[in-house]
Amino acid sequence: MLLYRLWQILKVFVPLSFLTIGGGQSIIADVHRQAVAVQGWMTDAQFLDLFALSRLTPGPGSLLATLVGWQAAGWAGALLASVGIFLPSSLLVYSLARVWARHRGAAWQRVVETGLAPVAAGMILAASATVLRAAEGEWLAWAVAAGSTALLLFTRVSPFLPLGIGAAVFLLFWS
Amino acid sequence: MAQESAGVTGAPASPGLMQLFLAFTKIGLTSFGGGLSGWMMREFVQRRRWVEEGEFLAGLSLAQAFPGVNVVNLSIWIGYRLGGSAGALVSALGMVVPAMFVAILAAALFAEVAHYHLTHVILSGIAAAAVGLSLQMGVRAARRAAVSPVPALILLATFCALFFLRLPLLAVVLVMAPVSLAATWYRLRGAGGGGR
Repeated sequence: MLLYRLWQILKVFVPLSFLTIGGGQSIIADVHRQAVAVQGWMTDAQFLDLFALSRLTPGPGSLLATLVGWQAAGWAGALLASVGIFLPSSLLVYSLARVWARHRGAAWQRVVETGLAPVAAGMILAASATVLRAAEGEWLAWAVAAGSTALLLFTRVSPFLPLGIGAAVFLLFWS
Repeated sequence: MAQESAGVTGAPASPGLMQLFLAFTKIGLTSFGGGLSGWMMREFVQRRRWVEEGEFLAGLSLAQAFPGVNVVNLSIWIGYRLGGSAGALVSALGMVVPAMFVAILAAALFAEVAHYHLTHVILSGIAAAAVGLSLQMGVRAARRAAVSPVPALILLATFCALFFLRLPLLAVVLVMAPVSLAATWYRLRGAGGGGR
């Protein structure tokens, strides 16, 4: 029974590993559907708990997969879910890194690096703005983000400073 | 140029594996509120100077265009660049494993903390500030990428398609990346007088 469940966990997360393009957010809906509706590993409320925790704790947001695996089948489930979500795509990127290093300085590499740069910049900016559009705190979130951006662009302070200021500002003006 | 591996790096003294693992662990365990690649840029480019800004951003572009969680992709990319295969392994493990234990322990011990109103308010403030980490990286990336009208236009189009039109990321990348690559190829071919 447990073995079967572990197998199901792998079967859910390995395909998702290849679908996470641009960031973990793109697969959250799928993870939710599989965990609650399709596999019945947990209730909606339990999933929401795990989702909230994955945002609360540090580290990659995709640790949500780890937590879902843990809820479904304990430590073994956590391990397999992590392996399933991280390993396949990691092997792909590792191969790419090897090829890249072998042909360092090749003309096509310059084309790819230069050509992807504006697309990547557009993606980063759009992802940030999208997070802010959905953020708790509306105008205050935009203001805190703008202040934090300026601080990090023009000074060499540790990121902890703007994060602390953000927490303090929200405590003062948004609670 | 016939030299194999060793000593190709022009960056200041490469870190050892342990140093690499701890540096990634630090990011994995301190990056509250998200914006992890911004943390990485701050740590590896600006603070430790292990990687140059241009190289970091090139790695980030590839990490984003490739399938996989881009933070982990980027860890592997930088780890490989700084310490070969072993470097890639310890970097990815450093980023994921300690944070994984923290997340599970938190789920086991205090899942209910996630519901306190104050936790929610504090986290919202941290998350809003963490967007600044991504934004400053986006601004630096944009400054570097938008060197002429065509890349500037591609950047703008990508942004508008994702933010204003809310088109799916995958579709946008599948259209914009080839367009941009073709434009770059054409431009570099035209400007590379003398070369092939």
